[in-house]
Amino acid sequence: MNTAPLTARTSYWRGMREGGPFILIVFPFGIVFGVVAIEAGFSLTQTMAFTISAYAGAAQLTAIQLMSESAPLAIVILTALAVNARMAMYSASLAPHLGKAPMWHRALMGYLMVDQTYALSSMAYDRFPQMSLAAKTGYYFGVASLIWPVWVAGSLAGAVVGNLIPSWVPLGFAVPIAFMAMVGPMLRTLAHVAAALVSVIGALVFSPVPYSLGLLIAAVLAMVTGALVETWMLRRKPSA
Amino acid sequence: MDAPPKAQRMTMTATNTWIVIGALGLGTFLLRFSFLALLGKRELPDSVLRLLRYTPVAVIPGLMAPQIILPATGSTGPDPIRLAAVAITVLVGVWSKNVISALIAGVVSLALLSWVLG
Repeated sequence: MNTAPLTARTSYWRGMREGGPFILIVFPFGIVFGVVAIEAGFSLTQTMAFTISAYAGAAQLTAIQLMSESAPLAIVILTALAVNARMAMYSASLAPHLGKAPMWHRALMGYLMVDQTYALSSMAYDRFPQMSLAAKTGYYFGVASLIWPVWVAGSLAGAVVGNLIPSWVPLGFAVPIAFMAMVGPMLRTLAHVAAALVSVIGALVFSPVPYSLGLLIAAVLAMVTGALVETWMLRRKPSA
Repeated sequence: MDAPPKAQRMTMTATNTWIVIGALGLGTFLLRFSFLALLGKRELPDSVLRLLRYTPVAVIPGLMAPQIILPATGSTGPDPIRLAAVAITVLVGVWSKNVISALIAGVVSLALLSWVLG
Protein backbone atom coordinates (compact mmCIF):
# COMPACT_ATOMS: atom_id res chain seq x y z
CA MET A 1 0.00 0.00 0.00
CA ASN A 2 2.93 2.36 0.51
CA THR A 3 4.71 2.29 -2.81
CA ALA A 4 3.74 5.24 -4.95
CA PRO A 5 1.87 4.48 -8.16
CA LEU A 6 4.03 5.87 -10.93
CA THR A 7 2.66 5.06 -14.38
CA ALA A 8 -0.80 5.80 -15.73
CA ARG A 9 -1.50 2.07 -15.98
CA THR A 10 -0.48 1.07 -12.44
CA SER A 11 -2.36 4.10 -11.10
CA TYR A 12 -5.47 3.12 -13.04
CA TRP A 13 -5.47 -0.36 -11.51
CA ARG A 14 -4.70 1.01 -8.07
CA GLY A 15 -7.64 3.39 -8.36
CA MET A 16 -9.91 0.57 -9.40
CA ARG A 17 -8.66 -1.63 -6.55
CA GLU A 18 -9.05 1.07 -3.91
CA GLY A 19 -12.52 1.86 -5.23
CA GLY A 20 -13.46 -1.84 -5.03
CA PRO A 21 -14.98 -1.93 -1.54
CA PHE A 22 -17.30 0.93 -2.48
CA ILE A 23 -19.19 -1.48 -4.74
CA LEU A 24 -20.77 -2.69 -1.48
CA ILE A 25 -22.15 0.81 -0.92
CA VAL A 26 -22.75 2.25 -4.37
CA PHE A 27 -24.75 -0.76 -5.55
CA PRO A 28 -27.27 -0.69 -2.66
CA PHE A 29 -27.50 3.12 -2.95
CA GLY A 30 -28.33 2.63 -6.65
CA ILE A 31 -31.01 0.12 -5.68
CA VAL A 32 -32.51 2.63 -3.22
CA PHE A 33 -32.75 5.19 -6.02
CA GLY A 34 -34.27 2.71 -8.48
CA VAL A 35 -36.92 1.62 -5.97
CA VAL A 36 -37.84 5.18 -4.99
CA ALA A 37 -38.01 6.39 -8.60
CA ILE A 38 -40.36 3.62 -9.73
CA GLU A 39 -42.52 4.07 -6.63
CA ALA A 40 -42.77 7.78 -7.38
CA GLY A 41 -44.10 7.01 -10.85
CA PHE A 42 -41.00 7.28 -13.06
CA SER A 43 -40.95 4.92 -16.04
CA LEU A 44 -37.95 2.60 -16.41
CA THR A 45 -36.65 4.79 -19.25
CA GLN A 46 -36.98 7.96 -17.15
CA THR A 47 -35.32 6.28 -14.16
CA MET A 48 -32.30 5.22 -16.20
CA ALA A 49 -32.09 8.50 -18.11
CA PHE A 50 -32.10 10.36 -14.79
CA THR A 51 -29.46 8.15 -13.18
CA ILE A 52 -27.17 8.44 -16.24
CA SER A 53 -27.64 12.17 -16.93
CA ALA A 54 -27.36 13.41 -13.34
CA TYR A 55 -25.19 10.56 -11.89
CA ALA A 56 -25.73 12.03 -8.42
CA GLY A 57 -27.69 9.84 -6.01
CA ALA A 58 -28.42 12.32 -3.24
CA ALA A 59 -29.59 15.00 -5.69
CA GLN A 60 -31.74 12.51 -7.61
CA LEU A 61 -33.47 11.39 -4.40
CA THR A 62 -33.98 15.02 -3.39
CA ALA A 63 -35.57 15.84 -6.77
CA ILE A 64 -37.93 12.87 -6.60
CA GLN A 65 -38.91 13.70 -3.03
CA LEU A 66 -39.80 17.27 -4.04
CA MET A 67 -41.62 16.14 -7.20
CA SER A 68 -43.72 13.81 -5.05
CA GLU A 69 -44.57 16.79 -2.84
CA SER A 70 -45.69 18.65 -6.00
CA ALA A 71 -43.08 21.38 -5.51
CA PRO A 72 -42.77 23.92 -8.36
CA LEU A 73 -40.47 22.84 -11.18
CA ALA A 74 -37.89 25.58 -10.51
CA ILE A 75 -37.66 24.64 -6.81
CA VAL A 76 -37.15 20.96 -7.68
CA ILE A 77 -34.28 21.81 -10.03
CA LEU A 78 -32.61 24.46 -7.86
CA THR A 79 -32.78 22.44 -4.65
CA ALA A 80 -31.34 19.33 -6.30
CA LEU A 81 -28.57 21.46 -7.83
CA ALA A 82 -27.85 22.97 -4.40
CA VAL A 83 -27.35 19.42 -3.08
CA ASN A 84 -24.72 19.07 -5.84
CA ALA A 85 -23.10 22.46 -5.28
CA ARG A 86 -20.33 20.73 -3.32
CA MET A 87 -19.19 19.37 -6.71
CA ALA A 88 -18.02 22.89 -7.66
CA MET A 89 -15.81 22.82 -4.55
CA TYR A 90 -14.48 19.41 -5.55
CA SER A 91 -13.83 20.75 -9.04
CA ALA A 92 -11.83 23.68 -7.65
CA SER A 93 -9.91 21.35 -5.35
CA LEU A 94 -9.02 18.95 -8.21
CA ALA A 95 -8.08 21.72 -10.67
CA PRO A 96 -4.52 22.21 -9.31
CA HIS A 97 -3.92 18.45 -9.83
CA LEU A 98 -5.79 17.79 -13.07
CA GLY A 99 -6.13 21.24 -14.67
CA LYS A 100 -3.36 20.57 -17.19
CA ALA A 101 -5.07 17.49 -18.62
CA PRO A 102 -6.59 17.79 -22.12
CA MET A 103 -10.01 19.48 -22.19
CA TRP A 104 -11.90 16.30 -23.15
CA HIS A 105 -10.27 14.45 -20.23
CA ARG A 106 -11.40 17.22 -17.89
CA ALA A 107 -14.94 17.12 -19.33
CA LEU A 108 -15.09 13.37 -18.76
CA MET A 109 -13.63 13.81 -15.24
CA GLY A 110 -16.38 16.34 -14.59
CA TYR A 111 -19.14 14.00 -15.67
CA LEU A 112 -17.68 11.14 -13.58
CA MET A 113 -17.14 13.27 -10.43
CA VAL A 114 -18.89 11.83 -7.38
CA ASP A 115 -17.96 11.86 -3.70
CA GLN A 116 -16.06 8.56 -3.98
CA THR A 117 -13.99 9.45 -7.06
CA TYR A 118 -13.22 12.83 -5.54
CA ALA A 119 -12.36 11.69 -2.03
CA LEU A 120 -10.27 8.67 -3.02
CA SER A 121 -8.36 10.63 -5.69
CA SER A 122 -7.67 13.62 -3.48
CA MET A 123 -6.43 11.30 -0.72
CA ALA A 124 -4.13 9.50 -3.19
CA TYR A 125 -2.75 12.83 -4.49
CA ASP A 126 -2.03 13.90 -0.90
CA ARG A 127 -0.36 10.59 -0.07
CA PHE A 128 1.83 10.55 -3.18
CA PRO A 129 2.78 14.14 -4.04
CA GLN A 130 5.23 12.83 -6.66
CA MET A 131 2.43 11.45 -8.88
CA SER A 132 2.65 12.71 -12.47
CA LEU A 133 -0.36 14.15 -14.30
CA ALA A 134 -0.69 10.86 -16.21
CA ALA A 135 -0.68 8.90 -12.94
CA LYS A 136 -3.22 11.24 -11.32
CA THR A 137 -5.47 10.98 -14.38
CA GLY A 138 -5.09 7.19 -14.42
CA TYR A 139 -6.01 6.88 -10.75
CA TYR A 140 -9.12 9.09 -11.16
CA PHE A 141 -10.39 7.12 -14.14
CA GLY A 142 -9.59 3.85 -12.35
CA VAL A 143 -11.93 4.72 -9.49
CA ALA A 144 -14.53 6.20 -11.85
CA SER A 145 -14.66 3.29 -14.29
CA LEU A 146 -15.58 1.02 -11.40
CA ILE A 147 -18.10 3.27 -9.63
CA TRP A 148 -20.11 4.38 -12.71
CA PRO A 149 -21.20 0.95 -14.02
CA VAL A 150 -21.96 -0.24 -10.49
CA TRP A 151 -24.17 2.82 -9.87
CA VAL A 152 -26.04 2.37 -13.16
CA ALA A 153 -26.46 -1.39 -12.56
CA GLY A 154 -27.72 -0.75 -9.01
CA SER A 155 -30.31 1.75 -10.25
CA LEU A 156 -31.47 -0.74 -12.90
CA ALA A 157 -31.68 -3.56 -10.36
CA GLY A 158 -33.69 -1.37 -7.99
CA ALA A 159 -36.04 -0.26 -10.74
CA VAL A 160 -36.65 -3.77 -12.07
CA VAL A 161 -36.62 -6.07 -9.02
CA GLY A 162 -36.54 -3.58 -6.12
CA ASN A 163 -40.04 -4.54 -4.98
CA LEU A 164 -38.69 -8.00 -4.04
CA ILE A 165 -36.37 -6.61 -1.33
CA PRO A 166 -37.82 -7.11 2.17
CA SER A 167 -38.37 -3.85 4.00
CA TRP A 168 -36.24 -4.78 7.04
CA VAL A 169 -32.98 -4.72 5.07
CA PRO A 170 -31.27 -1.45 6.19
CA LEU A 171 -29.97 -0.57 2.72
CA GLY A 172 -29.92 3.14 3.45
CA PHE A 173 -27.62 3.28 6.44
CA ALA A 174 -24.77 1.70 4.47
CA VAL A 175 -24.40 5.09 2.80
CA PRO A 176 -23.41 7.14 5.90
CA ILE A 177 -21.05 4.33 7.00
CA ALA A 178 -19.30 4.44 3.63
CA PHE A 179 -18.89 8.20 3.72
CA MET A 180 -17.63 8.22 7.30
CA ALA A 181 -15.11 5.47 6.45
CA MET A 182 -13.43 8.05 4.21
CA VAL A 183 -13.30 10.65 7.00
CA GLY A 184 -11.04 8.84 9.52
CA PRO A 185 -7.99 8.63 7.22
CA MET A 186 -8.47 12.33 6.32
CA LEU A 187 -7.96 13.45 9.95
CA ARG A 188 -4.19 13.70 9.62
CA THR A 189 -3.52 16.98 11.45
CA LEU A 190 -5.13 19.17 14.08
CA ALA A 191 -6.29 21.45 11.25
CA HIS A 192 -8.16 18.58 9.57
CA VAL A 193 -9.80 17.58 12.87
CA ALA A 194 -10.88 21.18 13.51
CA ALA A 195 -12.33 21.46 9.99
CA ALA A 196 -14.27 18.20 10.40
CA LEU A 197 -15.73 19.32 13.74
CA VAL A 198 -16.83 22.69 12.33
CA SER A 199 -18.34 20.87 9.35
CA VAL A 200 -20.45 18.59 11.59
CA ILE A 201 -21.53 21.33 14.00
CA GLY A 202 -22.24 23.76 11.16
CA ALA A 203 -24.29 21.23 9.20
CA LEU A 204 -26.42 20.52 12.29
CA VAL A 205 -26.85 24.18 13.26
CA PHE A 206 -27.67 25.27 9.70
CA SER A 207 -29.77 22.22 8.80
CA PRO A 208 -33.02 24.28 8.89
CA VAL A 209 -31.67 26.62 6.18
CA PRO A 210 -33.78 25.94 3.06
CA TYR A 211 -32.64 24.45 -0.26
CA SER A 212 -29.76 22.47 1.32
CA LEU A 213 -27.72 25.65 1.60
CA GLY A 214 -26.82 24.87 5.24
CA LEU A 215 -24.21 22.35 4.09
CA LEU A 216 -22.52 24.94 1.91
CA ILE A 217 -22.34 27.45 4.77
CA ALA A 218 -20.93 24.76 7.06
CA ALA A 219 -18.39 23.67 4.43
CA VAL A 220 -17.08 27.20 3.84
CA LEU A 221 -16.73 27.79 7.61
CA ALA A 222 -14.93 24.45 7.96
CA MET A 223 -12.51 25.22 5.11
CA VAL A 224 -11.66 28.60 6.64
CA THR A 225 -11.17 26.91 10.03
CA GLY A 226 -8.79 24.34 8.53
CA ALA A 227 -6.75 27.03 6.76
CA LEU A 228 -6.59 29.24 9.89
CA VAL A 229 -5.51 26.38 12.16
CA GLU A 230 -2.87 25.37 9.60
CA THR A 231 -1.54 28.96 9.48
CA TRP A 232 -1.51 29.11 13.27
CA MET A 233 0.37 25.78 13.56
CA LEU A 234 2.95 26.91 11.00
CA ARG A 235 3.55 30.10 13.00
CA ARG A 236 4.15 28.13 16.18
CA LYS A 237 6.63 25.85 14.43
CA PRO A 238 8.34 27.98 11.79
CA SER A 239 10.65 25.09 10.87
CA ALA A 240 7.77 22.81 9.82
CA MET B 1 -32.75 7.19 4.24
CA ASP B 2 -33.01 3.84 5.96
CA ALA B 3 -36.11 2.28 4.55
CA PRO B 4 -36.54 3.97 1.18
CA PRO B 5 -39.06 6.75 1.77
CA LYS B 6 -42.50 5.81 0.53
CA ALA B 7 -42.95 8.59 -1.97
CA GLN B 8 -46.47 9.31 -3.09
CA ARG B 9 -46.88 9.02 -6.83
CA MET B 10 -46.02 12.29 -8.47
CA THR B 11 -48.50 14.60 -10.05
CA MET B 12 -45.88 15.94 -12.45
CA THR B 13 -46.42 15.55 -16.18
CA ALA B 14 -44.04 13.54 -18.37
CA THR B 15 -42.79 16.76 -19.99
CA ASN B 16 -41.90 18.27 -16.64
CA THR B 17 -40.22 15.05 -15.55
CA TRP B 18 -38.02 15.18 -18.66
CA ILE B 19 -37.26 18.86 -17.96
CA VAL B 20 -36.04 17.93 -14.46
CA ILE B 21 -33.96 15.08 -15.88
CA GLY B 22 -32.37 17.33 -18.51
CA ALA B 23 -31.83 20.34 -16.26
CA LEU B 24 -30.34 18.34 -13.42
CA GLY B 25 -28.05 16.49 -15.82
CA LEU B 26 -26.79 19.67 -17.48
CA GLY B 27 -26.60 21.73 -14.27
CA THR B 28 -24.73 19.04 -12.37
CA PHE B 29 -22.25 18.65 -15.22
CA LEU B 30 -21.59 22.40 -15.26
CA LEU B 31 -21.01 22.42 -11.47
CA ARG B 32 -18.53 19.54 -11.81
CA PHE B 33 -16.75 20.85 -14.88
CA SER B 34 -16.69 24.48 -13.68
CA PHE B 35 -13.25 24.93 -12.15
CA LEU B 36 -11.64 22.06 -14.05
CA ALA B 37 -12.65 23.87 -17.26
CA LEU B 38 -11.88 27.43 -16.19
CA LEU B 39 -8.72 27.18 -14.14
CA GLY B 40 -6.91 24.92 -16.56
CA LYS B 41 -3.24 25.78 -16.59
CA ARG B 42 -3.53 28.82 -14.33
CA GLU B 43 -1.85 28.52 -10.92
CA LEU B 44 -3.93 29.31 -7.86
CA PRO B 45 -2.56 31.52 -5.07
CA ASP B 46 -1.29 29.70 -1.97
CA SER B 47 -4.06 31.09 0.22
CA VAL B 48 -6.70 29.54 -2.06
CA LEU B 49 -4.85 26.23 -2.24
CA ARG B 50 -4.68 26.21 1.55
CA LEU B 51 -8.48 26.59 1.73
CA LEU B 52 -9.07 23.92 -0.93
CA ARG B 53 -6.91 21.42 0.93
CA TYR B 54 -9.69 21.18 3.49
CA THR B 55 -12.53 20.62 1.00
CA PRO B 56 -13.04 16.87 1.58
CA VAL B 57 -12.92 17.09 5.35
CA ALA B 58 -15.15 20.20 5.29
CA VAL B 59 -17.87 18.69 3.11
CA ILE B 60 -18.20 14.97 3.80
CA PRO B 61 -18.72 15.01 7.61
CA GLY B 62 -21.30 17.78 7.23
CA LEU B 63 -23.06 16.01 4.37
CA MET B 64 -23.67 12.98 6.59
CA ALA B 65 -24.04 14.54 10.07
CA PRO B 66 -27.77 15.38 9.91
CA GLN B 67 -28.70 11.83 8.79
CA ILE B 68 -26.56 10.29 11.51
CA ILE B 69 -27.26 12.61 14.44
CA LEU B 70 -30.66 14.23 13.94
CA PRO B 71 -33.53 11.94 15.03
CA ALA B 72 -35.51 10.26 12.25
CA THR B 73 -39.12 11.38 11.85
CA GLY B 74 -41.14 9.73 14.58
CA SER B 75 -38.29 9.02 17.00
CA THR B 76 -37.14 11.16 19.91
CA GLY B 77 -33.36 10.88 19.66
CA PRO B 78 -30.52 9.63 17.52
CA ASP B 79 -30.28 5.87 17.06
CA PRO B 80 -27.53 4.62 19.49
CA ILE B 81 -26.68 1.61 17.29
CA ARG B 82 -26.00 3.83 14.30
CA LEU B 83 -24.04 6.35 16.37
CA ALA B 84 -21.87 3.54 17.76
CA ALA B 85 -21.31 2.05 14.28
CA VAL B 86 -20.30 5.46 12.91
CA ALA B 87 -17.98 6.10 15.89
CA ILE B 88 -16.27 2.72 15.33
CA THR B 89 -15.95 3.47 11.59
CA VAL B 90 -14.25 6.82 12.23
CA LEU B 91 -11.98 5.52 15.01
CA VAL B 92 -10.79 2.55 12.94
CA GLY B 93 -10.20 4.95 10.06
CA VAL B 94 -8.09 7.29 12.21
CA TRP B 95 -6.15 4.40 13.69
CA SER B 96 -5.56 2.36 10.51
CA LYS B 97 -5.41 5.33 8.08
CA ASN B 98 -7.16 2.94 5.70
CA VAL B 99 -10.61 3.50 4.16
CA ILE B 100 -11.22 -0.18 3.48
CA SER B 101 -10.52 -1.29 7.08
CA ALA B 102 -12.80 1.48 8.36
CA LEU B 103 -15.57 0.47 5.97
CA ILE B 104 -15.40 -3.19 6.94
CA ALA B 105 -15.29 -2.32 10.66
CA GLY B 106 -18.34 -0.07 10.21
CA VAL B 107 -20.47 -2.54 8.29
CA VAL B 108 -19.57 -5.43 10.61
CA SER B 109 -20.24 -3.40 13.77
CA LEU B 110 -23.56 -2.13 12.35
CA ALA B 111 -24.64 -5.70 11.55
CA LEU B 112 -23.47 -7.12 14.91
CA LEU B 113 -24.96 -4.30 17.02
CA SER B 114 -28.28 -4.48 15.17
CA TRP B 115 -28.36 -8.25 15.67
CA VAL B 116 -27.42 -8.19 19.37
CA LEU B 117 -29.33 -5.08 20.48
CA GLY B 118 -31.95 -4.65 17.80
